[in-house]
Amino acid sequence: MGMWYIFRREIQSYFQSFIAYVIISAFLLLAGYFFYTDLIMYVMWTLKKVDFEKIWELYFNDIRYMMTIIMPLITMRLFAEEKKLGTIELLWTYPLRDWELFAGKYLSAMLMLVIMLGLTLTYPAITTLLFHIDLRPLFAGYLGLFLMGSAFIICGVTISILTENQIVAALGTYLVLLMFWFLTWNEAVANPDVINILLNFSLFDRLYNFTRGAIDLKDIIFFVNFHLVFVVLAMLALSARKWRGVQ
Amino acid sequence: MIEVEHLTKYYGPIRGIEDVTFRIDKGDVVGLLGPNGSGKTTSMRILTCFFPPTRGRALVYGYDVVKAPLQVQRHIGYLPERVPLYPDMDIREYLHFAASVKRVAPTRRTGHIDEVMATCGIDDMANRLIGALSKGYRQRVCLAQALLNNPDILILDEPTIGLDPRQVSDFRSLIKNLGRERTIILCTHILPEVSETCNRVIIIHKGRLIALDTPQNLQEKIQMYGHIYIQYYGNNPQLEKHIAGITGVVAVEASEATFSGARAFTIQVQKDEAILRELSGLIHTEGGPILEMKKQNLTLEDVFLELVTKEEAA
Repeated sequence: MGMWYIFRREIQSYFQSFIAYVIISAFLLLAGYFFYTDLIMYVMWTLKKVDFEKIWELYFNDIRYMMTIIMPLITMRLFAEEKKLGTIELLWTYPLRDWELFAGKYLSAMLMLVIMLGLTLTYPAITTLLFHIDLRPLFAGYLGLFLMGSAFIICGVTISILTENQIVAALGTYLVLLMFWFLTWNEAVANPDVINILLNFSLFDRLYNFTRGAIDLKDIIFFVNFHLVFVVLAMLALSARKWRGVQ
Repeated sequence: MIEVEHLTKYYGPIRGIEDVTFRIDKGDVVGLLGPNGSGKTTSMRILTCFFPPTRGRALVYGYDVVKAPLQVQRHIGYLPERVPLYPDMDIREYLHFAASVKRVAPTRRTGHIDEVMATCGIDDMANRLIGALSKGYRQRVCLAQALLNNPDILILDEPTIGLDPRQVSDFRSLIKNLGRERTIILCTHILPEVSETCNRVIIIHKGRLIALDTPQNLQEKIQMYGHIYIQYYGNNPQLEKHIAGITGVVAVEASEATFSGARAFTIQVQKDEAILRELSGLIHTEGGPILEMKKQNLTLEDVFLELVTKEEAA
């Protein structure tokens, strides 16, 4: 129950402060632009019958970059703002468990993600009106984006607990996300064994199977594990006040 | 209502409070006094289950703060010193949020919020944005938040800091009213506030409890000596020496006289009526007619300084 009230307040705050409108419209504008250019480019370059699966692959990868930029902007305020205002002190004295507080905030950012991704469904929807296309790869791709977005969010919310400065929270989240991205960039220098191990941890490469229309249980388990690690870190960070001095 | 036994809190190597033991009964309005950094906020944060103590035990309303924090938190209303509020919400919206998190039943939420807003005198501002409120009103909104769900125990941290004199007196009478049905812990370093509103005083210094009593008793205990101000009509330069010769007189000091042709002393004496008779007799015969003679009471401020300095010397 406590989780629901926190969730509701966060949603209210997103929409009252116009963060939601600004971020969602920026996201949609860029997503629309990418969809348009991906479609046009593909058609012009290949000059043959349009293979939508290839277009989706391009499109999902583009959306992935935008999500990397935008999701930390959504999560940065969740705890940092409460710390700055001091309102977290009150929440901590209310009959509210740490996990309820955390889950409420996480889910509010998840709703933002669902709204953002949900509104981009208009582009494929319009396409289905004009062409007969297979919906399954589309579903896989969106599932992948949703899982990756949720990973960005859990990482962002957790980092937001650590600071009272929203900018620091956003930059910290970028840093961690980029680390998960750069993991596989040093293919040329590291030896193959190391790369194979590192590859298992790469957050961004996890999307490739989904964009090609394949839902692999291994990939889903990766995202679940990713969540578990950050939930543990978040609970530790929230309970830090109990074993450390908080001023 | 609140039982604290050997409560100790360390922040790493830094001492917050050490071995604090006290009991607060139902209906008490307790002033928690202490210089800055003495451990007042630490004590309150333990009682509100913000963090657990390092050692010791605290029971609030029969529930242990470590074992049953949620039960404790249901019986507590807390007004933190920083008065934290969400600037982007209006008052009613905010109180609705706080009421729901504090588990006020949905059906009686609206009515309860109206009640609390009336108690705190913010009922005519219900739709104002919190970010646009003055300090005094922010303070009231935060108090309203503490009152939600009718907690039996109110913990108020420096509730009158930053208010104008009129708001201060309003706020104090509000606290007095609230104290009729509730137990209140009022943490402050404004001493007149304590003498005015509290029936018990706890003094903490450097993390230790150094006094726990009623304000009157504390004042009396400290007053092993009385201070007497005497003004007489006349001018006898030898008188001061003679007064100092009376057994039981500790110190004599010339003071400012308010009548023309008069002289005045402040005399510190041991508590004994015989000394007063001897003193007035002496001044009457050797000095002149007595125009004014009054006992000077120590304020809580004197008591506090006395206790704290004594503690520091020890």
